[in-house]
Amino acid sequence: MEVVRSQTQVVNRKFSLNISALQTLVWALVLIAAFVVSPWVEQGINPYWFSILIYCGINIILAVSLNLVNGFTGQFSIGHAGFMAVGAYVAAVITMGLSANPAWNSWVAATGIPADAVLPIGLFLGGVAAAGAGYMVGMPSLRLRGDYLAIVTLGFGEIIRVVMMNTEAVGGASGLNNIPHLSNFGWVYSAVVLTIFCVWRMVHSSHGRTLLAVREDEIAGEAMGVNTTQAKVRAFAMGAFFAGIAGGLYAHQLQILTPQTFDFNKSFEIVIMVVLGGMGSISGSVVAAVLLTVMREALRVIQTWYDVDLRMVIYSLVLIILMLTRPNGLFGTREILDFLPASWRRKLAGGAEARGGGK
Amino acid sequence: MLTSANDYGTLPFFRAVVVFTESWREPQKMNMSLVSRIALGFVVITPLAVGPSMVAHASEDVIKIGEVGSTTGSEATFGVATHQGVDLAIKEINATGGVKGKKLKVILLDDQGKPEEAATATTRLITQDKVTAIIGEVASSRSLAMAPIAQQNKIPMVSPSSTNPKVTEIGDYIFRVCFIDPFQGFVMARFAAENLKVKRVAILRDVKNDYSVGLAKFFTETFKKLGGEIVVDQSYSAGDIDFKSQLTAIRGTKPEAIFVPGYYTEVGLIARQARSLGIKVPLLGGDGWDSPKLLQIGGKAMEGAYFSNHYSAEDKSPHVQAFIDRYRKAYKDTPSGLAAMGFDATMVLADAMKRAKSLSSADIRAALAATKDFQGVTGRISIDQQRNAVKPAVVLKVVNGAFSYESTIRPG
Repeated sequence: MEVVRSQTQVVNRKFSLNISALQTLVWALVLIAAFVVSPWVEQGINPYWFSILIYCGINIILAVSLNLVNGFTGQFSIGHAGFMAVGAYVAAVITMGLSANPAWNSWVAATGIPADAVLPIGLFLGGVAAAGAGYMVGMPSLRLRGDYLAIVTLGFGEIIRVVMMNTEAVGGASGLNNIPHLSNFGWVYSAVVLTIFCVWRMVHSSHGRTLLAVREDEIAGEAMGVNTTQAKVRAFAMGAFFAGIAGGLYAHQLQILTPQTFDFNKSFEIVIMVVLGGMGSISGSVVAAVLLTVMREALRVIQTWYDVDLRMVIYSLVLIILMLTRPNGLFGTREILDFLPASWRRKLAGGAEARGGGK
Repeated sequence: MLTSANDYGTLPFFRAVVVFTESWREPQKMNMSLVSRIALGFVVITPLAVGPSMVAHASEDVIKIGEVGSTTGSEATFGVATHQGVDLAIKEINATGGVKGKKLKVILLDDQGKPEEAATATTRLITQDKVTAIIGEVASSRSLAMAPIAQQNKIPMVSPSSTNPKVTEIGDYIFRVCFIDPFQGFVMARFAAENLKVKRVAILRDVKNDYSVGLAKFFTETFKKLGGEIVVDQSYSAGDIDFKSQLTAIRGTKPEAIFVPGYYTEVGLIARQARSLGIKVPLLGGDGWDSPKLLQIGGKAMEGAYFSNHYSAEDKSPHVQAFIDRYRKAYKDTPSGLAAMGFDATMVLADAMKRAKSLSSADIRAALAATKDFQGVTGRISIDQQRNAVKPAVVLKVVNGAFSYESTIRPG
């Protein structure tokens, strides 16, 4: 039992705390590195592969944040595109509004802040708005379980879409266009690092333990004093926050938002990434998000050989074969580090062995 | 580990493929860890993905034109129909000697109806395939995602049927060969005043839809200029089912026609309810009516209604009929409006390439902008200052449960 096993971790607390401080530093360095290499990546890579790289990053954020809800907490949510839409629209409205605001522009000119600074503001507020939406949806609906919750989240996603479609201020059905192109390698991949870091730390904290308790056995968890509804709402809001950030990055990459983009197909795409990577495996979600994003584009070449568009046929075949051969997803509940030899793993250790699941 | 695959072939690649499939079928027997199996998977997939781009490109005597369309997904019929029109045009151009002694080649990329895929596909066409120009997309939302990329790379882009005015506002490299939404309001006003010779028209518009609002606005302006009178302006919202109160108000003003620039779902219901209230005057509308569903929903109540559209297969002009014959021969089907637009987009582009001083994108752009009175299947096309097409529209009438050609209305 996962919950029992994790109790033994407490003994190593002091040791793993030091390790985790070190790890935090490493993550911070990676985050800064994303900005440092950004200009080189942007110039060095062919624009086509570069745009795939950006969408990979956005999909990683979406998959990892949904994994927190679907994988670690075991709540089947299929409304992730709705939260993404909230973040996307809020971020776009904020950056467009600020860029057009003379007071903001003169302040930027006076203080010497780069004009790009509107993006993190938009992203953050978009994430907060999405988290707020996640909280509002989560409070009443997370008392439900399984299929019922899935239907509520699906319904929520559709409501968001219809609201956007009927709101003239954000372009209504014809969409919001002329969004500035602000997403770049630095912003996208620092958001990726931040997402993975936050989800990873969350899962390995005591909050994370309660999430795992909810997933493994809600009744037993409750008997042990876990506030299951609160734990679920927390996971839901946090997942929504990062989905909102991904939405903001998406908006500033594509430069146009239409409500139809965020239909339930988009939600299912993210669910597929999570299931394919393994429910409860962060690195699995990352690998699956990259694999599916790259595969869709890589399969285009087949069309140039045969003149028949077999792209989606092969794409679906690959999904079916992968799910038949790996029913628990590529990584199951394990992480990529678990595949390293045991001696390396012990060195990297930290809290890392308190993995998602013990099945 | 690889020895067991020795019998299968000597080429390392095929060996890798065999080991890969074997390893997934019987992982225990192959004694491979998951990581090495995944790694092997990448070894197998990478050459498949990268290989063709290393193959030398075909001779330089080809002008490559990119096309982005939704050939799969929920809007697959749009993308396929457009592509068939484009393909037919390319074949005809090549059969008559091509452009500047070079053959045209179209590279079609599917976007599944998703804006982000349309954007990535456009980037691919420009940077990988090095196309000279781009045709696409049908839907305005996808065209709006593609246009900034085409504009940034200065590659001329011609949209066959995106009617949203914002598309060509993105920049001076973005063109379209269809008329924009408001033009249809103008067309129906002219038709009502000059062909139907009516003076009193009622309007019933969908307030939630900028397409409908735009059409109603331009109809009102033009109709008043032509000496007509808008007796009442009523509104509804897409998704409404009951229109009796609006229709009763309209009935009281005794109009000679009712302009309903909405989509077919509501229009069908409006027609039924109007007839049941005893309103016998004709209904008028725009291309939002263009669906077989209109007749399924509206039934007999639709008889005698008129709407504007891009093209009609019943247009008796010889070049239209010639196009329909060739299309039938190639695809065993009557071309839809979208196929005709795809055909025209390609023809306009090829015409501009022929007239251009060179095949540089700046010259092609200038030639496209100078397009004047080009005889297309969907009418005589000129490109205006805003890079929109100025061209006639056809008016169709519902007769015996089918759309029949009524008249052609020219701009200006």
